[in-house]
Amino acid sequence: MQWVENALGRKIPAEIDGRPLKPFRGAFQDQGGGRQAAPRVPLTTVPGRIDKVVRSWDELWERLPLRDGMTVSFHHHLRNGDFIVNEAMQRLAARGLKDLVVAPSALFPVHDGLVELIKSGVISHVEGSMNGQVGVACSKGLMKKTAVLRSHGGRYRAIQDGDLKIDLAIIAAPAADVFGNANGVLGKSAFGPIGIAKADSLYAERVVVVTDNLVPFPCVPMSISGLHVDHVLTVDTIGDPTKIVSGTTKITRSPTQLQIAELAARFVEAAGILRDGFSFQAGAGGISLAFTKFLGERMAEKKIKASFVIGGTTQFLVDLLNRGLIDVVTDGQSFDLVAVQSLRDNPRHVEIDPFISYCQHARGCFAHMLDVAVLGATEIDLDFNVNVNTHSDGLLLHGIGGFADAAAGAGCTIITAPSFRKRIPVLRERVTTVTAPGEVIDVVVTERGLAINPRRQDLLEKVQGKGLPLVTLPQLMDQVHALTGIPDSPRFGERPVAVIEWRDGSVIDVVRQVLD
Amino acid sequence: MSTPTIFTSGLEGKSDLIATYEPAAPFEVVVESSVKKLFGRHIRERAEQTLQEFKVNKGRLVIKDDGALDFIIAARIEAVLRKAGVAKAPPFKPIDRTPAEKDRLRRSRLYLPGNQPDLMLNAGLFGADSLILDLEDSVAPDQKVDARILVRRILGEAHRLFPGTELIVRVNPLSGPFGYEDLREIVPALPHLLLLPKCDTDHDIKEADREVTAIEREFGLQGRILFMPLIETVKGVVNAQAIAQASGRNVALCFGAEDFTRDLGVPRTRDGKETLAARSQIVYAAKVAGIQAIDTVFADVGDDQGLLASSLEAKSLGFVGKGVIHPRQIPIVHQAFAPTAAEIEEARKIVEAMQRAVETGAGVVSLGTKMVDAPVAERARKVIALAKQLGLPGVEGL
Repeated sequence: MQWVENALGRKIPAEIDGRPLKPFRGAFQDQGGGRQAAPRVPLTTVPGRIDKVVRSWDELWERLPLRDGMTVSFHHHLRNGDFIVNEAMQRLAARGLKDLVVAPSALFPVHDGLVELIKSGVISHVEGSMNGQVGVACSKGLMKKTAVLRSHGGRYRAIQDGDLKIDLAIIAAPAADVFGNANGVLGKSAFGPIGIAKADSLYAERVVVVTDNLVPFPCVPMSISGLHVDHVLTVDTIGDPTKIVSGTTKITRSPTQLQIAELAARFVEAAGILRDGFSFQAGAGGISLAFTKFLGERMAEKKIKASFVIGGTTQFLVDLLNRGLIDVVTDGQSFDLVAVQSLRDNPRHVEIDPFISYCQHARGCFAHMLDVAVLGATEIDLDFNVNVNTHSDGLLLHGIGGFADAAAGAGCTIITAPSFRKRIPVLRERVTTVTAPGEVIDVVVTERGLAINPRRQDLLEKVQGKGLPLVTLPQLMDQVHALTGIPDSPRFGERPVAVIEWRDGSVIDVVRQVLD
Repeated sequence: MSTPTIFTSGLEGKSDLIATYEPAAPFEVVVESSVKKLFGRHIRERAEQTLQEFKVNKGRLVIKDDGALDFIIAARIEAVLRKAGVAKAPPFKPIDRTPAEKDRLRRSRLYLPGNQPDLMLNAGLFGADSLILDLEDSVAPDQKVDARILVRRILGEAHRLFPGTELIVRVNPLSGPFGYEDLREIVPALPHLLLLPKCDTDHDIKEADREVTAIEREFGLQGRILFMPLIETVKGVVNAQAIAQASGRNVALCFGAEDFTRDLGVPRTRDGKETLAARSQIVYAAKVAGIQAIDTVFADVGDDQGLLASSLEAKSLGFVGKGVIHPRQIPIVHQAFAPTAAEIEEARKIVEAMQRAVETGAGVVSLGTKMVDAPVAERARKVIALAKQLGLPGVEGL
């Protein structure tokens, strides 16, 4: 295998599975130009109405050109409550298909059963995102081919560019009509926005909407347009929306997490970011929720209103929206049912897809309109490079989500993380895997202090002398090492098991096989 | 009853480990850990080091670790070895610790359960004036030995974990089965203060003083350790004066409302009328003895407004601080005990009036139509001093 070094000094194979790789050159080095891949021209010479509805999976399969090695895509809006990924893959396995490429926007513990299909060769690899046991299987080298991990924006771009050619898009929808118009907000299985499936619907060779709630034509709102849908499959249930809840719905009681969130909020205030009309993104983890709460308290106290936020939406954002502290919530995914209901009922809570929020092929996506993004990480290194994919033991356990896109776009990107978890330092000399380069990371906030990227002297000058515990990353790492000791390195094999793409499609790092 | 053949220490959960030791089994060390890939080798070395520290080379030691730091590993192993009777307390090692101060800020004292290492690791980061490593109510009787050893080891790491924070250990009452052993284990590790619970009479303090003095003499630590008697019974309240004056080691009287209301046989209410007289009596007793008075904890961690009101009330009664049970309570308590802008302004005027009086040689100091007498002047000076210490505005040039 021939290796080249990318701009971060990470070794990247020149090609993988016969596909040449583009080494990462910098966060903003993509020159644009060229043309997107064009979608298939469908057969529409049928007179009158097209009958798209099928009543069973078997009937669906009969209507589709199935073949070994095809790429099947899914969205993850039902999160850990999804029934469709497992159902579809088991049924494709039962039909004797093999070497399938699964292209989900994310996988959850509910999908751990896919590991058996990976072992049996039904699935050759995953392109997109994976968590939990599927990630562990990938780390151990169980996938025949090399997995590819992309951010939400990167996935949209890859589909547009034809890097990710989807043969069959399977889109679970809680409301759809016979034509295939669909949305995510109506019906017993409503899960919120359905925007992540947008690219799949526009570019896949075949598009199937799967619903447990066939509504009269036309289904409005039509977040997914039936104009792109080949078939509508009706099933009893697509999933359990009560399990879309991400992590926690309560503000954490962990003093350490609260401390970090409080410091992040104090920083945002001290840096002058917290001003009328500002915008922010914060996720749904324990620290992010607490940050949102503390930020909201400061906004209420100072009578400051945010112009917009990008969600990952939770009841806490909805609360700020309803109290008039946020003008518009632009919502890429819902993390609880309060958010689902608000998206459905509140005209100032609007659905977006990753092209709008994150995609590099847009003429300036919403992430680039953000003043501040607050994001988590598994590791951060002395160059401010951030890892969200692997743990320090080398196991691939998380997808990228919108991380790379929000980090690259936001005016100020803040990483919040405890300085160690159990006894594993989060600050490393060199991260195990790079997900995002230090050039897009501005501030690291831990319970032991806050480090500002030396590239951002402007931020440093704004917050100096305002009582914030400013530290440098080397100081912080030494302090943590004094408590935890320095960890040994895990044993890696030579084989790359996954490629981490930067949002422009260049390769920022590879994940190597973990040896026992 | 047969003698146990297997001994255990430690709790399931983050940052701790469960050590089990079987003295009769062949010599073996087994390490399981959730962080094994990164720290397995290190944990084994630390375990073997601890066995060597106690010169133990027999029996089967099994460690189930979930990310415990070195001193926790050592504490848990020491605990099983001592429970099994194959090791004794380690020899005394002198500790370099800044001496305890009699008068210092004690607005907040954060309680930490003595057998729960995960809560202790970051406890120094939240700005509490004092930390209480608790061996009493938060530790079950069958975990007293484990907690005692853990707290002693934590005190040995305090310079790194809690720099600048006052370290208090709440020992068990000497009237019970654990108190004396607590003192023997803890005093040589030199906490700044001991919080002595369930003080009913001056005798309780005198006995603790006698015992601590003896241990200090043994290790050459004369008079280093100070006391904070905790009054939490009706009898204790009635004897508050004698308790406050029972030892030169006393720096503050603390009130414990939970046990007090139980002893009195009334429910504890949010506004706390049932404890008002007791609290005032404790403040008076402390005042006469020239020591501080510190109020009880506010138990509802979710009720920030209630905590603020309770703290302001405590301040108005003459207390200088409160106990806290969650770090979130610390800034609220500090806010309450800080002088307000109006108080600082008033004090500033008084102090300036006194300065003018000295300059002009006036015998009587007055401010507007009010005469400033000695206690008023003294209080104003204290307010200014505290405001300066806390870095508050409005004291420039004083």
